[in-house]
Amino acid sequence: MKYLFYPGCSMEKSAIPYLMSLKAIEDKLSMELVELEDWNCCGATEYSAVNRIASHALVGRNLAIAESMSAESHTLVAPCSACYLNLSKTDHYLQEDRIFKARIDDALAAGDMSYTPGSIEVRHALDVIYNEIGLEKIKANVVKPLKGLRVAAYYGCMIVRPDLHGYYDSHEYPMILEELLEALGAEVIDFPMKTHCCSGHMTQISGETAYELIRRLIYGATRYEADLMVTLCPMCQLNIDAYQSEANRYFKTDYVMPILYFTQLIGLAFGIDAKDLGIGQEFVDPRPALAKIDVEVDEAPAATKKRRVKEEGLPMPQMPGKNGGGD
Amino acid sequence: MAENKERIGVYVCHCGTNIAGVVDVEEVARWAKENLGDQGVVISKDYKFMCSSLGQDMIQADIQKEGLTRVVVAACSPHLHEKTFRVAAERAGLNPYLTELASIREQVSWVHKDKVVATEKSKAVVAGAVSRVVMHEPLEPIIVPIAEPTLVVGGGIAGIQAALEIANAGHPVYLVEREPSIGGHMAQFDKTFPTLDCSACILTPRMSEAGTHPNITLLTYAEVEQVDGFVGNFDVTIRQKARCVDTDACTGCGICEQKCPKKVIDDVFEVGLGYRKAIYTPFDQAVPKYPVIDRENCTYFEKGTCRVCEKFCPTDAINFEQEDEIIEINVGNIILATGYDLFDARRIPQYGYGRLANVFTSLEFERMTNAAGPTSGDILLRDGKTVPKSVGIIHCVGSRDRNYNNYCSAICCMQSLKFAHLVDERTSATVYNFYIDMRTPAKDYDEFYQRVLDEGTLFVRGKVAEVTDAARISGEEGKLIVQVEDTLAGKQRRIPLDMVILSAALEPRHDAYETAHKFGIACSANGWFTEKHPKLDPVATMTEGIFIAGAATGPKDIPASVSQGSAAAARVLSYIERGELALEPVRAMINQEQCSGCRICNDLCPYNAILFHEDQMVSEINQALCQGCGTCVAACPAGAITGTVFSDKQVFAQIDGLLFLEKSALVPEMA
Repeated sequence: MKYLFYPGCSMEKSAIPYLMSLKAIEDKLSMELVELEDWNCCGATEYSAVNRIASHALVGRNLAIAESMSAESHTLVAPCSACYLNLSKTDHYLQEDRIFKARIDDALAAGDMSYTPGSIEVRHALDVIYNEIGLEKIKANVVKPLKGLRVAAYYGCMIVRPDLHGYYDSHEYPMILEELLEALGAEVIDFPMKTHCCSGHMTQISGETAYELIRRLIYGATRYEADLMVTLCPMCQLNIDAYQSEANRYFKTDYVMPILYFTQLIGLAFGIDAKDLGIGQEFVDPRPALAKIDVEVDEAPAATKKRRVKEEGLPMPQMPGKNGGGD
Repeated sequence: MAENKERIGVYVCHCGTNIAGVVDVEEVARWAKENLGDQGVVISKDYKFMCSSLGQDMIQADIQKEGLTRVVVAACSPHLHEKTFRVAAERAGLNPYLTELASIREQVSWVHKDKVVATEKSKAVVAGAVSRVVMHEPLEPIIVPIAEPTLVVGGGIAGIQAALEIANAGHPVYLVEREPSIGGHMAQFDKTFPTLDCSACILTPRMSEAGTHPNITLLTYAEVEQVDGFVGNFDVTIRQKARCVDTDACTGCGICEQKCPKKVIDDVFEVGLGYRKAIYTPFDQAVPKYPVIDRENCTYFEKGTCRVCEKFCPTDAINFEQEDEIIEINVGNIILATGYDLFDARRIPQYGYGRLANVFTSLEFERMTNAAGPTSGDILLRDGKTVPKSVGIIHCVGSRDRNYNNYCSAICCMQSLKFAHLVDERTSATVYNFYIDMRTPAKDYDEFYQRVLDEGTLFVRGKVAEVTDAARISGEEGKLIVQVEDTLAGKQRRIPLDMVILSAALEPRHDAYETAHKFGIACSANGWFTEKHPKLDPVATMTEGIFIAGAATGPKDIPASVSQGSAAAARVLSYIERGELALEPVRAMINQEQCSGCRICNDLCPYNAILFHEDQMVSEINQALCQGCGTCVAACPAGAITGTVFSDKQVFAQIDGLLFLEKSALVPEMA
């Protein structure tokens, strides 16, 4: 099955392992991802608050490119939750609001482009893999069940809310990722914080707030004895992984809660080599957790080195954090 | 053709200033007399209140003195006074169906401001009515005899009340209940608000009265399968499910239940919080006292051996070979009191029901507080041992929430207050109520609220976001944390508790639509049975002879359900006393020569009134079931169906009349 594919910027930088693992399982799931030609930024989480029309015109351009390629497929897959939300929001507003549509049309016309609202179906990678490809197909490919691995499914906020097209089973307590992970043989814990905030860009704005939000999640997952968290969003992965040590320092705690992409776990269960799935590039070392399912990771995690850079780059705003770090 | 023969009187009502404030009624009356003479109008008058006795007397006098053959009253909507003027005409010796009501209030004075336009439009409406009334034909009411027995479906408190009222008046009643015992939800409760009466103490006398009443035939563990016929003469097919117990021999001693080795979770009466045996009566005071064998769980039916109950039964009442029995009865009227289902709290996963052990539903808590319940009335956590030190009660779970049900479930505030009181009475726990608005409108209800406030229950106004066991700080570990916006304090709160009770919504029965269809009545969009009129006829339905009572019509507490049970019984009794019923002759009829047998009308009829003759390949309308709605008339592609009082001839005549003024001043002024 062919799908149009919008990687988004994370997949080319901080979330390279997400892209690697998605590409690695593409064939086995009989997906063919056709990347949009000359795609641009989705506007991330802030731009629409700064300039609504410009931000949606930016997304409109991506939708227009997708429409021009719709001979390949009408479904546009975005693996990043923010990209998915922005694309589906713009498409939705274009269908709802005629004045808004006129302004976006103007902007697109300046570049000789146009987009017919509703002509492209925007889907998140999890939704497509669960609802379109289906658990049967996934189960059929599992050669190395993740038996004994306790995982916490973590959705973050953006794919289930507002869920403009009703792809998800619940906004507050979805279960599809759990079902998928169970199909891989993993032991899935009941993780009540599955749709709570990862702190988004608060790490850049108010470390104090961000660390508390991150702490809640890793504290929760630890208390439920998860070996690792599983996510579907580059932002969630970045915050939990890259800022875990900051949060630990701030609160003087010592949580170790690795977080991987669901595509990486699918890949492991399909028997794909960890290295080919981008595993080994995390800050929080997943090797002890993966050892439970006999997965060996050759490369040492790049964590130590990179964390130092982060520490120097981000001054600690609060005394307790500094004291904690100085020990 | 008819215009020369007919003598028509036109009566234009002022309705105080309701009509006369906008329409020049005197001008309308004058105009009708001057311009509609060719149509047969011989007299035209205006009057302040045409519906008053004086107004009606005036019309009657004219019918007799002037020899009127048709009457047009230009006043309000036919919904209000059509009957009034039909009866007035009948008193003066005119067939009541030779009258026509022209609505110049709802359709003119209340929707227009411009007097000139309104007056001209009134003239058109009157002209339409005059043209139409000429085409009316005299009709005779359809008289149907009323069979004396009544069927009451549902043995909760509303159904029991209705059955007793009718039985006590000396008439036979069949009371059908699908569970093994009557009693309904009320039998599950321990206390009733606001008086804190013991629920069983006030209910069981009624139950046993219904069980032993010589005029009541109790059919429990039975369901209505099919209903044919019409008011006065319903043929009802009932399936009596096999109890596997011979009720003539059984003494209700209970030995079988004691000896039965198979224990199963009781999902119905104990709502999953307790156990019963495979042969059981749902509770000690069950009526009738005879147990039933749950074939799905009985070891004998599963494996072919056991028969312990049979061995121990002192009267040989166990009969494994018993089969379902089909019972056919004929009744004159039917009362549906089928009650409600509790909202499945698992549908709001963030409240944790089903995941978090110590989250309970309101019905589970009712059973827990019941002295005959699984904990003998002790308030305990799911471990069955620990007394909670703090309890939170969440209101509006599944009610007043656009994701689930928009309506207010009416009983939850008072029920939650009752729970708070019971927790306070039986434990030393701190109690929180999380509410959106407190609704305590009935007699002594707010006083009860004050009392619970005085007892020290804490009230937090705000909708709970989630109930979680995900602790954030050390004091929260092992607790259920309620995350709520306290809208009075204006801040987010996290309250750690031992137990949470969800006051779940009342929902229509899961099979309410099927039931409604079976009995030929309608459901609201939510699934509650629809009343004939929500205010003025709340226990009748649009189908004659089918009445509704209790929570099946919408969320209701016990006093309201009992009132409706009595009210429905009163309606039925008035039919029984009369012995026969005159039905409106407003009916549809199929010309069988023209009927092509396409059956399009068959499924469209909301009253199941159309039957199909396979042999002749034509449809026929049952005149007693037809309510004259006109759906089939409009749908028939062959034009084979005619409705009395809404025939094509009459409707086209009315349109002609409405256009009578086409060339007058009306059109330019409207524009």
